Amino acid sequence: MAGGFWQRLDQTARNLLPFGSIVVAMLLTMVPLPLPGYSSVTPPLVLICLFYWVVHRPDLLRPLVVFALGVLHDLISGTPLGVTPLYLILTYWLLITQRRFFLGHSFGMLWIGFSLVALGAAAVQWVVFALMSAHLLDALPVLVQALFGVALFPLPTYVLQRLHRAYLS
Amino acid sequence: MKTRNNGSVVRIAAPFWGLLQRFYFPVLVLAAIALMMIGHVNIMAVEQARARVTDAFTPILNVMSRPAASVADMLEYMRQLIDLHDENDKLRQENARLRQWEQVALRLEAENRSLRSLLAFKADPPANVITARVVGDPGGAFVRTVVITAGARDGVLRGQAAMAGQGLVGRVVQVGEWSSRVLLITDLNARIPVVLETTRQRAMLAGDNSDHPTLLYVPANTPVTPGERVFTSGHGGLFPPGLPVGVVETGKDGQPRVVPMADLSRLEHLQIVDFGGSGGLAAEASQPGAMQ
Repeated sequence: MAGGFWQRLDQTARNLLPFGSIVVAMLLTMVPLPLPGYSSVTPPLVLICLFYWVVHRPDLLRPLVVFALGVLHDLISGTPLGVTPLYLILTYWLLITQRRFFLGHSFGMLWIGFSLVALGAAAVQWVVFALMSAHLLDALPVLVQALFGVALFPLPTYVLQRLHRAYLS
Repeated sequence: MKTRNNGSVVRIAAPFWGLLQRFYFPVLVLAAIALMMIGHVNIMAVEQARARVTDAFTPILNVMSRPAASVADMLEYMRQLIDLHDENDKLRQENARLRQWEQVALRLEAENRSLRSLLAFKADPPANVITARVVGDPGGAFVRTVVITAGARDGVLRGQAAMAGQGLVGRVVQVGEWSSRVLLITDLNARIPVVLETTRQRAMLAGDNSDHPTLLYVPANTPVTPGERVFTSGHGGLFPPGLPVGVVETGKDGQPRVVPMADLSRLEHLQIVDFGGSGGLAAEASQPGAMQ
């Protein structure tokens, strides 16, 4: 009985990996780095993690959990409530319907897929903020942010792949 | 892996479950939009929730930001080693110049004191400052805020001014028990009443998410010379008057902009200015450099 309990606990802990990695990614993006202009173009690590887990293990990352993570992000980072859940859920929706397309293909295909997702998420953010402030805002920072994320994509993905293989296979 | 249930309850509930599954994402999208509405309507509750959650995560951010800070310190140290000689030379010259200024300042201070005694001038009480570490810079393309490690417990109140070294950096917008959030002057929502140094013209400093906020409501016939300094005016009662903010420059579009005195991209510690709400700041504290 005891063995079964510990085994289940172990499995549960492993299954929390996608959730945990997103929380860590979220906090990492909030660490202040003394680089000029960095804070406005922080790479969207959360989006990269979400992309990886929805493509590879959507069963361990429920949409409702993603929604809650988005709300948490908004509360900590001071962005208007609802913006992050909106673009995260839209990303999830898009990915879950196109999952087959991403799964069977090479890493290059995954990368191209992520660049489309990143640009889409940037566009959603821009539209929402522009509507909220009733201004045509400068779209350059969010665009640079998305491109930064695309350029950085292989690195976090490699780390996630290692974690995935070590704990969830 | 996902477990499959085959109980009768599940079989009966399956159509409903299917229906929910089908509209799962639209429902969540609508929920996100509803949250935006709630955020606009019920501001107090959302602020409360923000303060609580930020309080909960600040200790973690505090720990996480330390390695980053030490790496940055090390890089800074290396850089300083490289141009040690030049910097030493520059500082020597600056020191010589500042010594002259010191004499001037001492003479003026003495003169000022004697003149004030003649007028029976009532000086403002000196301001207290609360110093806190910046632990979170949530960034994002559209919001400019930082999270600091001082809150209601340390005496921080909503609306107080935040300074870094020599210049104003922002205003406290959210106070938790041991953490607070500062809205930087570059944020889209930041509006700060300021006064120009030479003309004493009032204006509004408005952030637009760029590094250099703009000056609004400057009359067309008022000369705004690049290089002149900008201070808080104290109008609106939010800030003490006379806090240095920045230096005027002419932007690419001809619009006057302000280059903040504090380097907003490398904030490590902030000073929250508590001027007792009495309005005004001690004259000696309002001079650049005196806040340290």
